[in-house]
Amino acid sequence: MKYELVGGFETHVELSTKTKIFCSCTTKFGGEPNTHCCPVCIGLPGTLPKLNRQVVRYAIMAGLATNCEIAEVAKMDRKNYCYPDLPKAYQISEYDKPLCEHGYIELSNGRKIRILRIHIEEDAGKLIHAHGDTYVDYNRGGVPLIEIVTEPDFRSVDEAREYVEKLQQIMRYIGVSDCRMQEGSMRCDVNISVRPEGSDKLGTRTEIKNMNSINNIVKAMEYEFERQVDVIENGGEVIQETLRYDDATNTTSSMRGKEDANDYRYFRDPDLVTILTSREEVEEIRKTLPELPEAKKNRYIDEYDIPEKDAELLTKYRKVSEYFDEAVKGLKNPKTVSNFIIGSIFRRVETEKDKESFDVAVSPENLNELVKLIEDKKIQNNLAKKTLEKMLDTGKPCGEFIDENDLGGVDDSALEQMCKNAIQSNPNAVADYKGGKEKALMSLLGNVMKQSRGKADAQAVRSKLIELINQG
Amino acid sequence: MSEIKKIHDMLSSKQISCKELTEKYLEQIESANKELNAYVNVTADTALLQAEKVDKKIFEGEEIGLLEGVPMTLKDNLSTKGIETTCCSKILTGYKPIYNATVWDKLESDGAVLLGKTNMDEFAMGSSCETSYFGGATNPFNTKHCAGGSSGGVASAVAGNIAPYGLGSDTGGSIRQPASFCGVVGLKPTYGAVSRYGLIAYASSLDQIGPITKTVEDASIVFDAISDYDTKDSTCQGRKGRKTYDTVNDDIKGMKIGIAREYLEGIRDDVKEAVLNAVKVYESLGAEIIYFDMPALKFALPVYYIIACAEASSNLGRYDGIRYGFKAEHYNGTHDMMCRTRSEGFGEEVKRRILLGTYVLSAGYYDAYYKKAQNLRGTIVKAFDSAFTKCDFVLAPTVPMTAFEMGHAVSDPVETYLTDICTVPVNIAGLPAVSIPCGFNSKGMPIGMQLIGNKFSEATILNAANAYEKAAGENFKETKWGVKL
Repeated sequence: MKYELVGGFETHVELSTKTKIFCSCTTKFGGEPNTHCCPVCIGLPGTLPKLNRQVVRYAIMAGLATNCEIAEVAKMDRKNYCYPDLPKAYQISEYDKPLCEHGYIELSNGRKIRILRIHIEEDAGKLIHAHGDTYVDYNRGGVPLIEIVTEPDFRSVDEAREYVEKLQQIMRYIGVSDCRMQEGSMRCDVNISVRPEGSDKLGTRTEIKNMNSINNIVKAMEYEFERQVDVIENGGEVIQETLRYDDATNTTSSMRGKEDANDYRYFRDPDLVTILTSREEVEEIRKTLPELPEAKKNRYIDEYDIPEKDAELLTKYRKVSEYFDEAVKGLKNPKTVSNFIIGSIFRRVETEKDKESFDVAVSPENLNELVKLIEDKKIQNNLAKKTLEKMLDTGKPCGEFIDENDLGGVDDSALEQMCKNAIQSNPNAVADYKGGKEKALMSLLGNVMKQSRGKADAQAVRSKLIELINQG
Repeated sequence: MSEIKKIHDMLSSKQISCKELTEKYLEQIESANKELNAYVNVTADTALLQAEKVDKKIFEGEEIGLLEGVPMTLKDNLSTKGIETTCCSKILTGYKPIYNATVWDKLESDGAVLLGKTNMDEFAMGSSCETSYFGGATNPFNTKHCAGGSSGGVASAVAGNIAPYGLGSDTGGSIRQPASFCGVVGLKPTYGAVSRYGLIAYASSLDQIGPITKTVEDASIVFDAISDYDTKDSTCQGRKGRKTYDTVNDDIKGMKIGIAREYLEGIRDDVKEAVLNAVKVYESLGAEIIYFDMPALKFALPVYYIIACAEASSNLGRYDGIRYGFKAEHYNGTHDMMCRTRSEGFGEEVKRRILLGTYVLSAGYYDAYYKKAQNLRGTIVKAFDSAFTKCDFVLAPTVPMTAFEMGHAVSDPVETYLTDICTVPVNIAGLPAVSIPCGFNSKGMPIGMQLIGNKFSEATILNAANAYEKAAGENFKETKWGVKL
């Protein structure tokens, strides 16, 4: 029998606000243990939380960017459970009135992954096991999170990969999170079940945690899919449980079920007031959102005639697309800019992190200047390419590498003279061409280009040569 | 006359230095506290240090504020930086906060002299002060009786003249009930009129900090000093309008006083009689009396105990032995450490309420208890809203009886819960109420009544309370204890 995978995601994204969700401590990653703390975020008796409004704003941005409806009235609840990294013995979260609901992210295959909800909550601290003992570091406690929950809409591992990449890309674009999975600023839990293909019933699901990269998510899902299919094929039953992924062995194993044992006893946090969001505020936030990657990509394809694959590369990172947008200003042929970025510049900016910051020696204005010279037929494409390399090496504008003689192109009479010279000095090539060897023309063309020091337009030279040979 | 003003005048006119005055109180605390058990922690050093500062100011001819140099006390659930704050629980023994409660920040900067921290029921859970880890505070009118609770220590100290005034907290009557038992004035402000920041939470949606004082004027002065907007407490709006002291001596002629018949049901005869006598006094002052029914009041007790316990079960989850306070000595692993710390650190009443609260919030029971209680809370709020369309304030007994004998309250917890019947509606609806003495029973124990106002109408109820106090001064009696000014 053939089986189908059914998956859903719960993704925690750390928001990059400067201060924590309920106090003014810094949210900076790392730091000596327990130095980014105050009475509020270590939950000392008598302290009260005060909601950081920037957290609400960021969450609304995330909601709008994923097509969610934004609640006019939301509230915060307490999720009660005991664990040493949770200093109040409850996490302040949103239970039944989340800030954002009913959104979606569209995948390249046209399927929409529905987003059930996005809510805000506080992060917990961290346990550190050292010197044969356990210590708690509350630096991360109270860092704002959004939890993005999807419907069980995933049908393949590829869809899962694309979803996580897209989500990461969107959150980075709108600037609400750096989404670094390795540092834990983006954490995915995956719900997964299997069912016979064609069935519309949901199987028993398991939840996988502890995957710190997209590759691990993919591997864990593949493993868990196979495992569940094996269990069913062998007449067994999948048990609903929480699994931990171990990337060293590429297997999943059962964690002591937190959910099964716990009743979180959610109730509204009486220390916090209702979160009211006016429609005006939502519209104001919507206006501040940058053009999102999907829209940008489509614009590049439609308006600039850029191939889809290239458009995707240009929009993957916000900084790259902003560079491109800046560099194409006023140009007739944005495709040249795209080719230069993808061909020449990307060769120097290889890692994900570098592309994310896209710190390039050549400013988009200087690249624009260079491509303008091509468009005005003042400089040949090949020469421009070489010039760009020099610009990238030195960070200097193109004027530094193109002298007067390079500019201005070649006028028609000069071009004709050069072609005549080439024909005269290469009788063999002329004879070969006349004899049907098309390729022989190339050596004549090379000769002219040499004479013009690369300035002549190859297409014009070619037609001139043919014209002269046919005449003679 | 206002005790605070009297002391202020004595200090300003150099009849006594602040240090001498403070020493007087410290001496009396030392002797009286043996029997009253009002203080659990006397902060003599910091008090004297503060007194010297005030004296220096007076000596240099500077003017001092009304509360400057006036000794006072704080209930032991108000966080005081560097000073042990235990909520009279074993689980917080040794805990010294690293920050001040907003109310103490304000009073400290006003120059108040903190004599010490006063006794209370453990985590403010109780009606007799006897659930305190340090034993209960006794009643200065008769030490065989309790001071009431939970702010029993403050009430006992004020009635026993070992503190001119103090701050307590009121979740279901914890300021008003001990004030009533000890024959002093206790104001429970509107929810949100005083910042709760630094008040160690019992039930967050019900808790309010307020003063326990000798006179109504004193309550007005202290309330004006502590009621302010605070960025640290989202639920705090501060005082609305002018200082209550500005109108505390106004004429109350024409004021409408509401009496809900339900408040007079099941009340001991001596208490009922005293309250009805007070009504006559009000009539003689030109007030109009309006009787009506408030059937919603019958839901108040169960609603209170469900909501308060639910919130408490969550608020008290943090006492796990990891970060501060008491930690069990012998344990096997983290989980066992938490269990043992809580089992050994909390007293019986606290455990009972944590269990009750955990139960009512549990999956499967939430709708039947907590959700229903929240809905009924809305019903009670509406009942008061409608009452205040008919009258300026509601007059009611504070407690159905006078102070219990020591040991009585803890012997039957459920019967004791029932005695909160008159005080809890105010907390449920977030209203202000002031309890003032209105007579004595045949055994000489004080009786109290409360004036319940609409939200943020502290000025109205203090004005009316003050008018009564001036008209019926014989109900305000001194005890044999403490400092005689």
